[in-house]
Amino acid sequence: MDAVRQSQPLDDTDRAIVRATQQGMPLSVTPYRVLAQSLGLPEHEVMTRMQRMLDSGAIRRIAAVPQHYALGIRANGMSVWDVDDRLVDELGQRVGELAFVSHAYRRPRHPPLWPYNLFAMVHGRSRDEVENQVAEIARLLGDACRGHDVLYSTRLLKKTGLRLAG
Amino acid sequence: MTPRPQQEPTCHGEDYAPFERALLNDYQHELPLVPRPFAAIGEQLGVSEQAVLEALQRFREQGVLSRVGATLKPGAVGAATLAAMGIPERDLEQVAAIVSARPEVNHNYEREHELNLWFVAMAADDAALRAALTAIENETGYPLLDLRLVCDYHLDLGFDIQWTSANETDA
Repeated sequence: MDAVRQSQPLDDTDRAIVRATQQGMPLSVTPYRVLAQSLGLPEHEVMTRMQRMLDSGAIRRIAAVPQHYALGIRANGMSVWDVDDRLVDELGQRVGELAFVSHAYRRPRHPPLWPYNLFAMVHGRSRDEVENQVAEIARLLGDACRGHDVLYSTRLLKKTGLRLAG
Repeated sequence: MTPRPQQEPTCHGEDYAPFERALLNDYQHELPLVPRPFAAIGEQLGVSEQAVLEALQRFREQGVLSRVGATLKPGAVGAATLAAMGIPERDLEQVAAIVSARPEVNHNYEREHELNLWFVAMAADDAALRAALTAIENETGYPLLDLRLVCDYHLDLGFDIQWTSANETDA
């Protein structure tokens, strides 16, 4: 599964390409050529390297990234779950496959302040919509889950693409 | 006809032509790795290359499109983490501003919880990331939780916007 696939290390040229795409592909008829020119590389090399990064999983996809918030999808709920460590990987995969879950991660607990080890980001136009989605995750996790919470965002303070130092 | 939720008027499909809704829904569209990818997308959607480019340009100006770009696997390039801080209300603005000002921070949200400030930080390598987190703790005077990724379960297909307009069935 994708979650465990090892990607090839990226070299400096790969990083330069990734960095350039993070500010957005040029909205030009030939975006890869424009990107290549800005990096002083041949177009075919940029495309070959991007294909390799897609194949290795380093780049997941190249796509339009909408501002969901601007589109009215403003009930952004970070649902967090305290799931039995023996079952979290299996159940986490299934949660990650739910269509309304945009991200699903296992992260370390920091008890007692933070007992949760599974994160699932859910998005909706209203809290009701998010609550229904959270209930569906709760049903999927069943008895393996000892507790959960939903942290709604009240403000988006910053959102930018990836920026790499140096 | 589905009634519009009153507080959220902008998310509805009737604001956009069917091909525009499809373009904005990243669940459905990837930019193909071909010399003229917007022409290829136009072909899939039954519109011209120029119409695709003009729509994307307009979306960007309207602020509904962040960018057309590559989504990376977490940790594929450099080091990244999710960090959380519990900040008393009186200091929240100041701390949030300090956090947002760091170039390593690319998402920063206020959330309803005792841990009320959540941000994603990325750096070229683990040492640089740790240094940035330590600098944030020192500068703000508050500790943070470093919730480093253990496992990523999501096969990232983008997020399905699921347009709610009454005419969405004609898309």
